Amino acid sequence: MNPALLMFSGSTLVHLSPVDLVIIVFYFALVLGIGLYLKGQANTGEDFFMAGREMTAWVAGLAFLSANLGSLELMGWAGNSYKYGILAAHWYWIGAIPSMLFLALVMMPFYYVCKTHSVPGYLKLRFGEGAQTISSISFAFMTVLMSGINMYAMAVVMKVVLGWNMHFSIWVSAGTVAVYVALGGLRSAIFNEVLQFFLIWAGALLIPILGLIEAGGWHGLQAKILQNLTALNVPNPGSYTHLWSTLGNFNNNPMGINWAGIVFGLGAVIAMGYWTTDFLVVQRVLAAKDLRSAELAPIIGAAFKMCVPFIVILPGLLGLALLRDPQGHLLRLVPANIAWSPAGQAQGLHGYDEVLPLMLARYCGPGLLGLGITALIAGFMSGMAGNVSAFTTVWTYDIYGTLIDKNATDEFKVKMGRWITVIGVVVSIGTAYIAAGAPSIMDYVQALFSFFIAPLFGTVLLGMLWKRATPAGGWTGLLAGTLSSVGMYTWVKLDPTAVRYVALSMDAQDQAQNMFRALWCCSICVIVTVVVSLLTRPKPDSELKDVVYGLTPIPKVEHVSIFHSPVFWGTVVAVAFVILQIIFW
Amino acid sequence: MKSGSHLSIWFFTGLCLGVNGALIFATGIYETFHPPVNKVVLYDLHANVWWGGVLLILGVFFSLRFSPARERSRMAGKTDPHTS
Repeated sequence: MNPALLMFSGSTLVHLSPVDLVIIVFYFALVLGIGLYLKGQANTGEDFFMAGREMTAWVAGLAFLSANLGSLELMGWAGNSYKYGILAAHWYWIGAIPSMLFLALVMMPFYYVCKTHSVPGYLKLRFGEGAQTISSISFAFMTVLMSGINMYAMAVVMKVVLGWNMHFSIWVSAGTVAVYVALGGLRSAIFNEVLQFFLIWAGALLIPILGLIEAGGWHGLQAKILQNLTALNVPNPGSYTHLWSTLGNFNNNPMGINWAGIVFGLGAVIAMGYWTTDFLVVQRVLAAKDLRSAELAPIIGAAFKMCVPFIVILPGLLGLALLRDPQGHLLRLVPANIAWSPAGQAQGLHGYDEVLPLMLARYCGPGLLGLGITALIAGFMSGMAGNVSAFTTVWTYDIYGTLIDKNATDEFKVKMGRWITVIGVVVSIGTAYIAAGAPSIMDYVQALFSFFIAPLFGTVLLGMLWKRATPAGGWTGLLAGTLSSVGMYTWVKLDPTAVRYVALSMDAQDQAQNMFRALWCCSICVIVTVVVSLLTRPKPDSELKDVVYGLTPIPKVEHVSIFHSPVFWGTVVAVAFVILQIIFW
Repeated sequence: MKSGSHLSIWFFTGLCLGVNGALIFATGIYETFHPPVNKVVLYDLHANVWWGGVLLILGVFFSLRFSPARERSRMAGKTDPHTS
């Protein structure tokens, strides 16, 4: 068993005061209370799985963002910014904003008009049951894994900060999520995601504020990082605070990636795939009350997503600049497998993913510490609940309802949804132990995305925009893309020198490999789909109504002022995005 | 997100922020007069006082603005045929 999963017996970063415990207990009581309160509003399939499709743009938009903003996100990306510098911010900006706007303004009308319950459900309408089956099974597999990773991230926080037993943290938190999602369904998950959004900002915002005060502002932070990394003989120390200027060559930056990998691998494939076809996030938008709300929701999410680096990336950079050991020497974090080895524990080493709890302990006294810990717990709960609620919907409608019993009644589906929620949580607990074996949490997650999400984006995009794509083309392309991604991953694992073919450079780190693998497998998916489609008989136009561009009458959004227009706010967000790239170039 | 007698998500949000803000603010005031032995970095800024205060104000605003009583009267006004 990984040493991380053994009971932590060393010293802890902090000790909770009674007021911290009250704050944590109050949070658990509140989420369970919300679940009980919402139980009576989850009686039909539409209520339980789609939250009654009555969410406002703000609620759907914050839930859309929060479903992605779990403790995994907070700790993993803070750790990655410590490891890779400000390059990690690409995952929040070019790796999110353009694709969220694309979802809002281009793809959302198709999802909304066809009234699907899920993304695999859309594939069934467009390509038939073959593509739906591949997509739903791979998605179900991915969500339980992701849910487990969230659980593991939570247990790490508890271990590092409080010294709690990881098994205890995993089981207690998982039990709470199982109860409130099983009771209230998607509505309960969305309520808690909105709550978590505010808790995360309330609990995490102080770290960058106080950190920048201590570091002497952004320029003081840059100078300290340069000084510290130079003292440690780290190559290219200046590249840790520049977003684009070091991406001309693979070996000029700590990630070992170039601009093409970021723009095409991350921005055009991974991000587009995740934000437009991952049902976990799309499900929140599908719960919007009308098309305009469904279009505005991802734009609201994008606006807040642009701000998240302030509470995630900046703490990682502050850790590079400010963290010291008890003797006053510069503290250097290490990969988790080293930090959690018996030797690492004996030396008191800390892993990359621990940078956020370390910064929390640095600035937060009683009360604030409880709030920070609660924010991380809430993030975990939300990340896990999001995956479990999406898994439940896909299982019930796309696996059980399609492959096992096509005539299941609505009442039976709700009952099954409640039970599958509990079963999904139990399976996730198993995957939490698998996640403990990965050296860095986010590298592991990105590998999963490149397996399943990247090819799915190729299939959905062709399905929406090219009416000539055929059912045979759809499912063979999706299968080829997924298998090629797994194949490339396995190839590099068996022969590490193969990275020079897969990621075009021997300097490519895990994240860079994931980007290029995603790019290739999506390309393979598109090529196979196109070739097979051209060799097979297309569906008649009458069967493609409401699912393909050109054959779908898009409902006119009612006449609204410019300040209520999705296009206007999308443009505002796009301009802000460009300005940020220039500032941190 | 608000229909009939349903409580608004914003009410729960206000409750959460308000209770946490009050606890943190009170702890900050207590610590001001009884400083801890092991102080956090930048303790002298008394972050828990002003941050707790901000959360408390936000929480009170959300709780009152979306309180069940106010929501009920708003919904009643909406369904009243004489006012619609």
